[in-house]
Amino acid sequence: MTEEIIIAGFGGQGVLSMGKILAYSGLMQGQEIAWMPSYGPEMRGGTSNVTVIISDERVSSPILTQYDTVIVLNQQSMDKFESTVKPGGTLIFDPNGITKMPTRKDINIFKIEAAQLASDMGNQKVFNMIVLGAFLKVRPIVDNKYVEEGLRHSLPERAHKLIPLNMEAIEKGKNEVVKM
Amino acid sequence: MEKELKLMKGNEAIAEAAIRYGADAYFGYPITPQSEVIEYFMEQNPIERTGMVVLQAESEVAAINMVYGAAACGMAAMTSSSSPGFSLKQEGLSYIAGAELPCLVLNVVRGGPGLGTIQPSQSDYFQSTKGGGHGDYRLIVLAPASVQEMYDFVQIGFDLAFKYRNPVLILSDGIIGQMMEKVEIGPQRVRRTMDEVIKQCPWATTGKTANRERNIITSLDLVASRQEEFNRKLVKKYDTIREKEVRCECINCDDADYVFVAYGTSSRLCMKSMDLLRKEGYKVGLVRPITLFPYPSKIIAGLAERVKGFLTIEMSTGQMVEDVMLAVNGKRPVKHYGRVGGVVPTPEEIVDAMKNFMKGE
Repeated sequence: MTEEIIIAGFGGQGVLSMGKILAYSGLMQGQEIAWMPSYGPEMRGGTSNVTVIISDERVSSPILTQYDTVIVLNQQSMDKFESTVKPGGTLIFDPNGITKMPTRKDINIFKIEAAQLASDMGNQKVFNMIVLGAFLKVRPIVDNKYVEEGLRHSLPERAHKLIPLNMEAIEKGKNEVVKM
Repeated sequence: MEKELKLMKGNEAIAEAAIRYGADAYFGYPITPQSEVIEYFMEQNPIERTGMVVLQAESEVAAINMVYGAAACGMAAMTSSSSPGFSLKQEGLSYIAGAELPCLVLNVVRGGPGLGTIQPSQSDYFQSTKGGGHGDYRLIVLAPASVQEMYDFVQIGFDLAFKYRNPVLILSDGIIGQMMEKVEIGPQRVRRTMDEVIKQCPWATTGKTANRERNIITSLDLVASRQEEFNRKLVKKYDTIREKEVRCECINCDDADYVFVAYGTSSRLCMKSMDLLRKEGYKVGLVRPITLFPYPSKIIAGLAERVKGFLTIEMSTGQMVEDVMLAVNGKRPVKHYGRVGGVVPTPEEIVDAMKNFMKGE
């Protein structure tokens, strides 16, 4: 199994940390992983993206042009990455701020209203964990117990009391993701 | 003992590895894309963990000369920078090589020339392997292709540096530095005591005792004949290194008609391209030099006896390709494909480059 994923959105949406938690979860499950952020001037207040690769085998290129799963969290990322989903692959998006819906017919498209759900939960910070939950429902490549371990390893000790809240958000994402 | 696995950036792995190795000192000056090295050190407070000194110098020039001073005392010292900052260190490196001192340096390469860009590149190959500073000297150059190798090469690098009393360079790039991967962390080694340093480094300036002559660390000798003799001694050392320290990984070369030659990040891209090409039935292999000096010339020369051609993939306008040509010595076609200025070629683009090469274009 090799899953090549890109997560793209605004800087500050928790794109990089979501990728890190996913990567750590894969590591805890005993898999090979790579986490490659976009870095450079475009990150200052602009868009941010991260490639995460989880595999049973040694990971080759961390730079990709096509992905098994694309997760987009703003319109710019939708414009840039919808075309990069492999045929038969998966596109997950939050409709908040999306003005042009995806149009491809050869991929599986899922919607998660993460911004709204986070707001309902009274904590905008769990937004990215709701998105992660949606991903894990659609592509169940990592067991829940490893996700929890992933959280434990990627969050600083002082934030460990928030792990149950994060797991709750992941559950929420799993329950609320909708196939288009 | 249970393996300790961590998810780390290449830049962080370097710093953790140095602490775990029991290194004595790091002197650095921040520059993108390797600022995480000094950031990680500062966060870890190595003086508390092992007694290791970490200092932000006032400039790159100061940092490399602090390394020079520490190395002269037998300390395991290192510095790191990225291309423009690394250029500033060349004078110091030439002096350290001339004084035959061990040290570890890291260059997380970004696009040049000049200030260039902050994105990854491999355009410092010539500087790293052919000199860079003045005079007839060589660095031992290790080229990691993963975060694990960033970690592992710290120990290998320091060990080689002390074995040969020669500076060792880890030549990385913005991708390996910024990327996070799984790293297996080794045990914490205890830093050498001063007695152990004196025993291991009888040449170091550790304080003159009655039973020996003064140790003098210098790269200056105004008597030309003695300097020539010294140069010949260095050549002998470099020849020993060429003989004994070549490291190289060959993947799918046994049945290959054509091979990629690529190091570091480019080798990772080529692994993907090779898989894509093999799925289409093309017998393509990959030679990944791990040491760039000494260069795996013999391995490439051996392959030149039976493969049809070599395509080097570099994020440069073609630098390592010259070493491949020297090794192949006209026996087979050798070509280069690369992107520059911080642009990273895609695996698909490399597939096309190989197909064109195989067609003889």
